[in-house]
Amino acid sequence: MTLSRLARGAALAAILAAGAGGAGLAKDKKDDSPAVIAARDFDKNPYPSTYHAYPGVPTLITGATVFDGEGGRIENGQVLIADGKIVAVAGAMADMAVPAGTVRIDGTGKFVTPGIIDIHSHLGVYPSPAVEANSDGNEATAPTTPEVWAEHSVWPQDPGFSRAMANGGITTLEILPGSANLMGGRSVVLKNVYSRTVQGMKFPGAPYGLKMACGENPKRVYGSKGRMPSTRMGNFAVDRATWIKAKEYRAKRDAGKLETRDLAMETLAGVLDGTILVQNHCYRADEMAQVLDMAKEMGYHVSAFHHAVEAYKVGDLLKASDTCAAIWSDWWGFKMEAYDAIPENAGLLYKAGACVVIHSDDENGIQRLNQEAAKAQGDARRIGIDIPDAEVIKWLTFNGAKAIGIEKLTGSLMPGKMGDVVLWNGNPLSVYSRPEKVWVDGALLYDATNRKLRPVSDFELGQPGEGDVK
Amino acid sequence: MKRALLTGAASFAALLAAPAMAQSVAITHARLVIGDGSAPIENGTVVVQGGKVVAAGASALVPAGIKTIDAGGKWVTPGLVVAVTDLGLVDVGAVEDSNDSDADKSPFSAALDISAAINPNDLPIEVSRAGGVTRAAVAPLGTNSIFGGQGAIIDLGADPDAVTVPRAFQYVELGETGARRAGGSRAATYALLFNALSEAKELTLAPVGPRRDDVLLTRRDAVALGPVVSGKQPLYVHVERASDIRMVLGLKREFPLLNLVIVGAAEGWMVAPELAKSGVPVLATPLTDLPNSFEQLGSTQSNVGRMKAAGVKVSLGDFGDQPRYAPQYAGNLVALTKLPGASGLTWGQAFAAISSGPAEALGMGDRFGSLRPGRAGDVVIWDGDPLEVSSGVTRVFIDGVEQPLSNHQTRLRDRYATPAEGALPKAYEW
Repeated sequence: MTLSRLARGAALAAILAAGAGGAGLAKDKKDDSPAVIAARDFDKNPYPSTYHAYPGVPTLITGATVFDGEGGRIENGQVLIADGKIVAVAGAMADMAVPAGTVRIDGTGKFVTPGIIDIHSHLGVYPSPAVEANSDGNEATAPTTPEVWAEHSVWPQDPGFSRAMANGGITTLEILPGSANLMGGRSVVLKNVYSRTVQGMKFPGAPYGLKMACGENPKRVYGSKGRMPSTRMGNFAVDRATWIKAKEYRAKRDAGKLETRDLAMETLAGVLDGTILVQNHCYRADEMAQVLDMAKEMGYHVSAFHHAVEAYKVGDLLKASDTCAAIWSDWWGFKMEAYDAIPENAGLLYKAGACVVIHSDDENGIQRLNQEAAKAQGDARRIGIDIPDAEVIKWLTFNGAKAIGIEKLTGSLMPGKMGDVVLWNGNPLSVYSRPEKVWVDGALLYDATNRKLRPVSDFELGQPGEGDVK
Repeated sequence: MKRALLTGAASFAALLAAPAMAQSVAITHARLVIGDGSAPIENGTVVVQGGKVVAAGASALVPAGIKTIDAGGKWVTPGLVVAVTDLGLVDVGAVEDSNDSDADKSPFSAALDISAAINPNDLPIEVSRAGGVTRAAVAPLGTNSIFGGQGAIIDLGADPDAVTVPRAFQYVELGETGARRAGGSRAATYALLFNALSEAKELTLAPVGPRRDDVLLTRRDAVALGPVVSGKQPLYVHVERASDIRMVLGLKREFPLLNLVIVGAAEGWMVAPELAKSGVPVLATPLTDLPNSFEQLGSTQSNVGRMKAAGVKVSLGDFGDQPRYAPQYAGNLVALTKLPGASGLTWGQAFAAISSGPAEALGMGDRFGSLRPGRAGDVVIWDGDPLEVSSGVTRVFIDGVEQPLSNHQTRLRDRYATPAEGALPKAYEW
């Protein structure tokens, strides 16, 4: 918890510093009219996380196969979680000092991984039940809406959060706006912990992301409304014009000359500052290559391409730009730009040395990211690319954390990181395995052997199947 | 076979000249799965002659002179059977002109015969075949009525004759979707259904001459429903909610000959005893565990296991995405047997739920879906446990004929195994 608080403070300080800008501070003496001050000194974190770690007891898992999330594998390993954090990970022989009152769990025949991370989820913004009244994921009224924030749409009572934890071992998720718009708005990173409020779920210290989209969706949505963009070239033109505006805004901001606030430009300036990470929905290889050039032209970095079904064609470009490919294992053919999807996408990317992340974009898929990764591993093996299990687990943990900017806080079992841990009843890369216990910041929040540790959202109370296995 | 057609008329003629040879094969040293719910047999043999299984088991004898494949201990199973798919109807879902699964602007509904739309060369069929799927039920989906039209049973062989049984069943929506199409309420759905079946009955009794002047159905639609009323053509009913399932089971009071199959059944576990008693087969959507709609509030992955335990004739179907995911869904149901409080299937039950189970629900249990003697020689060789997600298919036989497994995806895979371009652009690598 202390780590979380510290991290949150540090990130906040970073955001504040970036928001004001070093140059801006020097120049703001030139004009300190009330309007300029108001446009400059606003609260950069107006919906702060109120999440706190829930109570946990020091816990030592012994005798398990441990995948540390960074490619390491320890047979017959020990994992110690205390005070909400990973304290130590070691082999069986290591002499581990444990705090008084430590609960010991025999992990023989079981597996331990970091909490699974899904960097592409619409839980909360497209929740269950999927009725029109709950459909809050696409502000499809203008092709660029960087001013909207996903957290203002998230319904924290989505039953999907509990399934993601119980069946998928998900402890962290990035909720994205949909892909109707070229710039869909800010993402929000959540701890997979129910709360009365969205703020109570927000991952402390996680940077914001900007959801962008290329390809079919924006041009279809706006083309059908008879407005720009209606083509892929229109997509790029609108994007570029908007970035140019953002660059002008940022320059003005840094010169201390802003007189009004602009929510859209604040988000885009954050991207140009490097404090907001671009998460770009994009299917085709040729479009990804063009987006990378656009990012270079405008001065930002694409953190991850999402869906990226043709990433295997341009793994070298992704590696060179340090851009992750967040992908399904084998979704295919449902739309034209998914026609060249192949199940070996992850394997070929891995071979190219690019960053692979397995994502869901789906309330069912998020329950089985481990299986998706295993499918991709098998498909890679069949074309002679052998990928160790521990590397595959990295696709679900550390790589995702990196793509959304929280890899220093979670995503692996390094001492000092958040105690986000899953104990699986078998190898997580097998269809026959399920999470047995899930800890978030050291608190046991799911236990397959204790029915009262199955979270039940408000929506499900008094409904058929309340508290049932799911 | 398509390959033969492509390589020239001569080899096609050769194939025709020797059908028995082409359709005979023995596979030995297999970890053999019969597909009827029984446990795998070590060191098993399956013998296919003239396109049909003649023997399968530990002691099956290999006739002299037959082409023999040593499986070397690999898993060998019947081909997968996936009920209620859109295979053959769609190239790309979101490319409307390539998608024949919706006909909501047609003046017809029950009369629609989906076999006319099936394209045996479509890519989803090739990809599904490479995933071990050999047979499927194809259902028309969206019309402007509660009736989706008449579905077909197909094989996924690389030949022009995909349709095994045209007009194999009628498909009807009786839950939320049906209510929306019928006028906004389930009450409207049932009024429409009863009226439609009554009009069909009237036409059966008086096939010629003028009809009443207040009929709602076109003549063709009413004629198409005749075999439904008489029980000659099964009626596939899509429902999810427990109360909707009860309503469906009650239909037999009014129309006693109806040959029902329930599709979906997210809340089936809540009415499992009634379902079991009825003997009505259920093609359950596997792994539904979210209250995605108000007719699925009781969803749980244990649905199938609970129905099975109660004696319901349940197998998997209607999973709405790629048919090749069938083994993954079945494997997940096995996983549930290790979870406290959950209900799943044994391995044998799970495999049967994607092979003989759906075949029986389709009324085809004696034709395909297992490796019992007399069934079609639909055989798949796997590189591992077929229900395990990391496993893959190595060879597929349909009616004893070995099938090509290459397709657009495998060609792309091979082209981009080395993504860097060589002396010439990738377009020259083929």
